[in-house]
Amino acid sequence: MSDPIARPHSKSFLAKFGELISDTLNSQVVTLWRVFKHLFVATDTVQYPEQQPHMFSRWRGRIILTRDPDGEERCVACNLCAVACPVDCIALQKTEDEEGRWYPEFFRINFSRCIMCGFCEEACPTNAIQLTPDFEMAEYKRQDMVWEKADLLIAGTGKYHETNFYRVAGKAIGGKDKGEAKNELPPVDVRSLLP
Amino acid sequence: MTELFYSGAVVAVIATLLVIVQTNVVHALIYLVLSLLSVAVVFFSLGAPFVAILEAIVYAGAIMVLFLFVVMMLNLGQRSRDQEKDWLPARTWFVPSVLAAVLLMQLTASFPSAQTQIKEIGARAVSELLFGPYVLAVELASFLLLAGLVSAYHIAKKS
Amino acid sequence: MQWEVGSALNIASILAVVIVIAAMLIWVERRLLGFWQDRLGPNRVGPFGLLQVVADMIKIFTKEDWIPPFADRFSFVLAPTIIMIVILFSFSVVPFAPGVGIVDSNIGVLFVLAMASLGAYSVMLGGLSSDNKYALLGSLRAAAQMVSYEVFMGISLLGVVALAGSFNLREIVVAQEGGWFVVPQFIGFIIFLIAGIAESHRLPFDIPEAEQEICAGYHTEYSGMKFGMFFVGEYLGLVLISSLITVLFFGGWQGPLLPPLVWFFIKASCFIAFFILLRAAIPRPRYDQLMSYGWLFLLPLSLINLLITGAVILLAN
Repeated sequence: MSDPIARPHSKSFLAKFGELISDTLNSQVVTLWRVFKHLFVATDTVQYPEQQPHMFSRWRGRIILTRDPDGEERCVACNLCAVACPVDCIALQKTEDEEGRWYPEFFRINFSRCIMCGFCEEACPTNAIQLTPDFEMAEYKRQDMVWEKADLLIAGTGKYHETNFYRVAGKAIGGKDKGEAKNELPPVDVRSLLP
Repeated sequence: MTELFYSGAVVAVIATLLVIVQTNVVHALIYLVLSLLSVAVVFFSLGAPFVAILEAIVYAGAIMVLFLFVVMMLNLGQRSRDQEKDWLPARTWFVPSVLAAVLLMQLTASFPSAQTQIKEIGARAVSELLFGPYVLAVELASFLLLAGLVSAYHIAKKS
Repeated sequence: MQWEVGSALNIASILAVVIVIAAMLIWVERRLLGFWQDRLGPNRVGPFGLLQVVADMIKIFTKEDWIPPFADRFSFVLAPTIIMIVILFSFSVVPFAPGVGIVDSNIGVLFVLAMASLGAYSVMLGGLSSDNKYALLGSLRAAAQMVSYEVFMGISLLGVVALAGSFNLREIVVAQEGGWFVVPQFIGFIIFLIAGIAESHRLPFDIPEAEQEICAGYHTEYSGMKFGMFFVGEYLGLVLISSLITVLFFGGWQGPLLPPLVWFFIKASCFIAFFILLRAAIPRPRYDQLMSYGWLFLLPLSLINLLITGAVILLAN
């Protein structure tokens, strides 16, 4: 449609008349036809509960705690995830077992606060905390959105199968002394003068 | 048709009275529209459907809409309502209404006797009259409207 | 009781069918819009989502029907009833099929125009009584739009009236036995179509209620069934305009093989679908564009159309 407010007298009446008609034909009728053709195009809708949408493996959904290939907990309670969390939804407390392994005494994620940003996963040095492509987390009570360690911990390794922190770390634990880790040299004897 | 005439007339009279005594302008306008519509019903019952429907289209449908349009932009509130109340004490309306009553009695006394058979006059008959014997009046009225149109255009034109 | 114009059975069934169709249109429109936007639309409640209408009705009836304390109660309650009454009145003169109709009036076309002009009150009073700036803006726009487009609507119809030689809608349909009036009155048809959309303020001419600009305009303050009446009134207007186009330009009930009512229904449904397509495809013009389009384009066009039609009829006689 031509705009008579902006330039009221710049064109003759007939020219504007013709312009209007050609505009109507070119723009409006063609638009109508193009939209009408969409009646015969397959719909994009996924009928959700019956038909599951395809979830990509990098989807950031429900958070899990994983175990290393030996079946031990990966989490070393370093608190980096809690620090990285922008909404402060992660709470944990470190404790130690008799072998010297660190692990969280409790590990609590408040999913009613969690924004699924994945910063905790990025911050985690041991690949313990991971986000999964599961999004069906609705609850009737808000208190049920707070997940404890027992709820978060899974039996497997999650997305990263190889990572085993204590096998590469220098920390001495039961059954593995200093210098026995993978790619680790024996500790230097500082009292010896020999190289 | 007689029942239609009397019911339309009663509604018209009551609605017109309400137009006068209403203090809220919008309510008064609504009653005025109602009054015009009932006058249209009266016309219809007298065998003039074309005039009746023109009454509804032109008066009720166009002119009163413009009235309402203006009222909308005036922002009349409680103050104007109070003012209306102040302007309608008994001493203001008593003498004019007595005079109007006298006039009404004179009118009813001088009315011709009630029409018994009603002949319906359709759109075709009206237009044949308008463009036959009364074509000069129609042309004069259209001159008047044209003059109004031109002057409205002149006022609204950007200089 | 039998099927003749004006019988009680006729009146009751037309009223029921018209209101049910208007309610069903809520579902039809959402499904069609869905398909045109590559979605599915409401398909959960009942088969194909047909019971969505029932769900909507239950919702709208059980909602709080709130009258704002600052509103003018009298006009606020009156406004939504006007539009329903006026449009249902207009249906009384529509000839659906031979013997199906409520009134066989000699001033049918004019009656429809009168009712359309009274419909403006609903919108104006609704906006004015709400005492809300958006509602007021909406009703100002509505008043200007409806009063302007009434003019073109009336003038565009006059060509048909001149061809048929009658204001009676039934006679207009009968006069189209030789050929539909859309052929000689194509320009009149286009103008009536555009003016009809503007009169029922449907998209793309929903300027009085434009959600994005003035948050639903004149029915901003309405809720519950009062809002529902505005809503159903809009769909009733859609059905009315489609039926009128069918009657005036597309030969009403006439057609081969199928019974007349079915033909009427098919033709009217096509136009209803077309109006929904318009909603899906065409963006809303600006307010001043709508006004200048009407007065500078449609008015001269309809006058020229009427002039030529009159001249041709005179020459042919």
